[in-house]
Amino acid sequence: MKSGVLNLVLKRLAVAVVTLLIVLFAVFFATSMLPGDTASILLGQAATPEAVAGLREAMHLNDPAILRFLRWLLGLLHGDLGTSYANEMPVAALIGGRFVNTMKLAGITTLISVPLALTLGITAAMLRGSFFDRAVTILSIGVISVPEFMVATLAVLLFAVYLRWLPALSSVNEAHSLADLVRIFAMPVITLTFVISAQMIRMTRAAVIETLSTPYVEMALLKGASRSRMVLRHALPNALGPIVNAVALSLSYLVGGVIIVETIFNYPGIAKLMVDAVATRDLPLIQSCAMIFCLGYLLLITAADIVAIMSNPRLR
Amino acid sequence: MTMARAVSSRRSLLGHSYNLVGVVASLVILAWTLVAIFAPYVIPHPIGDIVDDDYFGPMRQGLWLGSDYLGRDMLSRVLMGARYTVGISLAAVSIACFSGVVLGMIAAVTGGWLDTCLSRFLDAMNSIPSKLFGLVVVAAVGSSIPVLILTLAVIYIPGAYRFARALAVNINTMDFMTVARVRGESTVYLIGSEILPNIIRPVLADFGLRFVFIVLLLSGLSFLGLGLQPPLADWGALVRENIGGLPFAAPAVIVPSLAIASLTISVNLLIDNLPQKIRDRDA
Repeated sequence: MKSGVLNLVLKRLAVAVVTLLIVLFAVFFATSMLPGDTASILLGQAATPEAVAGLREAMHLNDPAILRFLRWLLGLLHGDLGTSYANEMPVAALIGGRFVNTMKLAGITTLISVPLALTLGITAAMLRGSFFDRAVTILSIGVISVPEFMVATLAVLLFAVYLRWLPALSSVNEAHSLADLVRIFAMPVITLTFVISAQMIRMTRAAVIETLSTPYVEMALLKGASRSRMVLRHALPNALGPIVNAVALSLSYLVGGVIIVETIFNYPGIAKLMVDAVATRDLPLIQSCAMIFCLGYLLLITAADIVAIMSNPRLR
Repeated sequence: MTMARAVSSRRSLLGHSYNLVGVVASLVILAWTLVAIFAPYVIPHPIGDIVDDDYFGPMRQGLWLGSDYLGRDMLSRVLMGARYTVGISLAAVSIACFSGVVLGMIAAVTGGWLDTCLSRFLDAMNSIPSKLFGLVVVAAVGSSIPVLILTLAVIYIPGAYRFARALAVNINTMDFMTVARVRGESTVYLIGSEILPNIIRPVLADFGLRFVFIVLLLSGLSFLGLGLQPPLADWGALVRENIGGLPFAAPAVIVPSLAIASLTISVNLLIDNLPQKIRDRDA
């Protein structure tokens, strides 16, 4: 019986690897379609046609796309992300620090939003139909229904313009004390927490409510168990799988969220780097950033699926 | 969106469910639809005209929503913005749902390698974060209305496909499907006359949800400057160009945000308040 689960998990992992290859391929080709010839952009308007042709040759731009893709892939396996076209620096060096910044942002957001969302989601499900439940539901629908930039705009309006508690922009390098750190991360983290939590609250609430409508919970109610015992002992352990699934899925919304949030708050993370790279048509940089985002996203949704498989008692 | 509303009002006329929230939401959606259609005939000033000496002017008589960062009439710009936001999103969601649902039904009915290949490929497409995909494609081929519509549609085809396929697979196991197959009906007949009528309601609800996703993504792209290009402006672009008014809480930056929110929240609320029978996967 145990091997059934193992098989399914392995199968899911294999699918993830195939998906990764397709995604890498798609990213590579989409970026190859960027308008303008990289060589002429690099050399500026005064370049002679001979110089452009020479540079194209040196950068292997004349090779067929499939060859460039394979070369790029081989480089990736060696940890070589290529060289930025814009400033000749290795992409890995450009990304390194930025990546840490983005992971910090994502990590802090996760640490705050997961406990918050689970508490709100589970209590809302327990008190289904109450004022509290309705308030939480309406608020989370509201946050889901508006674009991320609006949540960010409202946060700036409230905390930076009206209350003047926090600065509207971030700059990680100026952090000298804990207070500085809090001030820097507060706005981006608040915005992201709202966006991520809303998803998580809705999914958690739905999962718990579904478990609460099962016969064994009704049995617990009939035998006279208290409401909290009914939820915590009988319903929650069974809702755990769907909840973890919901957490992983919601965290994948971080990928879209950081693109907007880092741009708005001028946060020196990898998404900001990528949006800037799109402006300068810096191919290797765009490819690497897009790859990191896709990889993170894929990891999270694969984790969500594997949790769903493992938590299904019929497969155990 | 419009079709989802039609379904809902028919049900409420029959007395199945009369729900205040749902009715209010339908009215808001209807209002924006009318604005989107008739905007060019009702705007008080041409959208390019500078009518105010001051920029980020407050609300006052004649300029009901104030002026924008160049002193242009905000009311006219928001009304015309509805055209682009609603129009582009509606076109994109129609393409996405039509292709997704047709492919999903075909995959469910034929099965075999076609189903496997299609599902694998579209699942892989689904593993590219939507904003990232939009960012890369729009940056690659430039931003025009047809490109935006197609990009948004392509991003949401996999979701529509997955949803429709899951529904259609259930229907496919029914006895009447076996009977139709034994009769020797064609695939076109099977998906058009046997499967579609049985999944149309949840598919319409899904259409509405996907419309919201597309409005949000379009606004997000426009906000990043990768969506509609000036002089055209949808609601996301209006927020972007007037973001400088944020420190003064200018109506020019708040009103387009509220417009987006009113539309998307209404569609979400409408779908949440649809009778269970329509919303459920196994309706």
